[in-house]
Amino acid sequence: MRTMGHEAPAGDLRLANLTKRFGIFTAVDDLSLTIPQGSFFALLGASGCGKTTTLRMIAGLEEPTSGQVLLGDRDIARLRPYKRPVNTVFQSYALFPHLDINENVAFGLRRRGIRKVADQVDRMLALVQLEGYGRRRPAQLSGGQQQRVALARALINHPQVLLLDEPLGALDLKLRRQMQIELKRIQTEVGITFVHVTHDQEEAMTMADTVAVMNAGKIEQLGAPADIYEFPATAFVANFLGQSNLLAGEAGGTSGDHVLVSAHGGRFSVPAARARLDRGPVFLGVRPEKLHLVGTAAEVPAGHQHVGGVVTDASYVGVSTQYLVKTAWGSELSAFSANSGVGGQLPVGAPVVAHWDPRHAFLLRREPGEDDRTTPLLDEPPVSVLS
Amino acid sequence: MTALAHVPTSSGQPAAPPAARRGRYRLLPYLLLLPGAAWLLIFFALPLLQLAAASLYDPSGSLSTGYALTWAVGNYPDALQAYWPQFVRSFAYSAIALVLALLMGYPLAYAIAQKAGRWKNLLLVCVVAPMFTSFLVRTLAWKTILSDNGALVGLLRDVHLLGPDGRLLATPIAVVLGLTYNFLPFLVLPLYASLERLDYRLLEAASDLYASPLRAFRKVTLPLSMPGLIAGTLLFFIPATGDYINAELLGTPNEYMIGNLIDSAFLVRLDYPQGAALSFLLMAAILAVVFVYLRKAGTEEVL
Repeated sequence: MRTMGHEAPAGDLRLANLTKRFGIFTAVDDLSLTIPQGSFFALLGASGCGKTTTLRMIAGLEEPTSGQVLLGDRDIARLRPYKRPVNTVFQSYALFPHLDINENVAFGLRRRGIRKVADQVDRMLALVQLEGYGRRRPAQLSGGQQQRVALARALINHPQVLLLDEPLGALDLKLRRQMQIELKRIQTEVGITFVHVTHDQEEAMTMADTVAVMNAGKIEQLGAPADIYEFPATAFVANFLGQSNLLAGEAGGTSGDHVLVSAHGGRFSVPAARARLDRGPVFLGVRPEKLHLVGTAAEVPAGHQHVGGVVTDASYVGVSTQYLVKTAWGSELSAFSANSGVGGQLPVGAPVVAHWDPRHAFLLRREPGEDDRTTPLLDEPPVSVLS
Repeated sequence: MTALAHVPTSSGQPAAPPAARRGRYRLLPYLLLLPGAAWLLIFFALPLLQLAAASLYDPSGSLSTGYALTWAVGNYPDALQAYWPQFVRSFAYSAIALVLALLMGYPLAYAIAQKAGRWKNLLLVCVVAPMFTSFLVRTLAWKTILSDNGALVGLLRDVHLLGPDGRLLATPIAVVLGLTYNFLPFLVLPLYASLERLDYRLLEAASDLYASPLRAFRKVTLPLSMPGLIAGTLLFFIPATGDYINAELLGTPNEYMIGNLIDSAFLVRLDYPQGAALSFLLMAAILAVVFVYLRKAGTEEVL
């Protein structure tokens, strides 16, 4: 913060009832949220969920249909983009091909009439570890280097908010992981509010202080990555952020500090603190790594709850084995078993009992008629949730 | 090319050793150049030499008595002295026409390239469509448009932009308008090609980085359209400076440009040495202007 010499007044970024419609399509639907100054905030969602539109409204590249974008106490929603103390790292980088790296980075300073830019440009290139590249053209740099130029070009203006639109999307996996750490380091160093849009849940979780999971123009859940992961608010979040086994059931009220659930002929319970509701149609959720497999019901530890099934698939992925277990009613549950050297591998076809600690389960609202939702073993979110 | 290289193998003969095959490929580009080079040699380089020779003929000769190559370099200063006003006029007219064409053509090319959406192709056809009729016919059409009893002159007289006896035809205005109109597509098409490649996201980035729309135009759009702008202005300026049809049909001898003098030297006065000297002077003047222009505005894509 000190090194950046930031002089603008302090302020959180607040979106108030922000709405954007394109014709009859509502891209962003009455969105309200507060992003504290200096935080690293991630907007996470599948493509088409409205996250990029939200970002573009903050940048001024899209005009809201209604609502406010407040920076501190000032509504900037109708300011032209070049009048906002906000800069963007574009997904395509959008580096100026006719200018060298120095001039690309200096672009914003020059537009504001600052003549002496060399020192600042050098310092900024050092921050993104591109010393000595100033005289090159963007086309002469690799994707990762271009990405860092785009970052330097935005950061040099000391914006009050830095917007990042899928900035790592075009990079290969290894470079992406490296840049995630870099970005986090730089954010901590400069102390500027970062608003990061991504569809990569791992990226959002590793970098952001706060994650907002967006779906169909609305925020499904907002919170610290661990909180969202451990106790998702909706079935969408449970399946978008990591994987979940969601069993369709009916909640039958509380008993003590537990909510009673009947599902598929079995009776289960979930701590009331981990239940989003206590009556009506629910999903009983358990994360695959919280689901343990044993041979017989007798081996289930005391206090754990269980369902029986048959192993239908076992994928050995080195660090763990990912099992699919088919239950008596036909749903497939997934279970990750850490490859810690304790216990052997279970063969396909083996009858097993899947058990879990109720303190790791969670209870979510279910639309009446909705059946079990278990995440297939995919890296990407399933297509059916994209809307 | 691949087919050629494979002929010996497929006919059952042993394949050529790699070195020989490479040798054949090395010659290939030159073989491909041959027809074009021969064409240029026969129909451009040789006539140019002939013209150069003609410009140095003894000016006292004539078609009937024959010409003698006496290295009469005096033809050049003589021609320049006699006709320098027409030289100046040629460059002035085409420069004014170029400015007018840029004022119309740049927004037009930009609109077609960036804003026209599904109308893009139709608009391009509209730009090119006049080229389907002959240059002469199009210029004659302007004669009608600008005629003294035409609607345009009538309107201009009514709003007192022209006096009661004012006219457009047979004035410098008519010639400049004709030049502007006739060569506009040569300016618009290369500009369009450059602007079409312009990524609008760069303008968003410029705007995000505090550039007002005007600044974004000057700092991003304009430099990135430079190759098309340079190509377009050259394609406009060079033929416009040498043109004589517009001055002939829309002007009077008072508006004659250098092309008209070359035309009359060769076809009316039959003064070949002077016509040839004028041609070379025009060529030299245009080359000089183009050279200075490219040094000033050139990008590495052009030079």
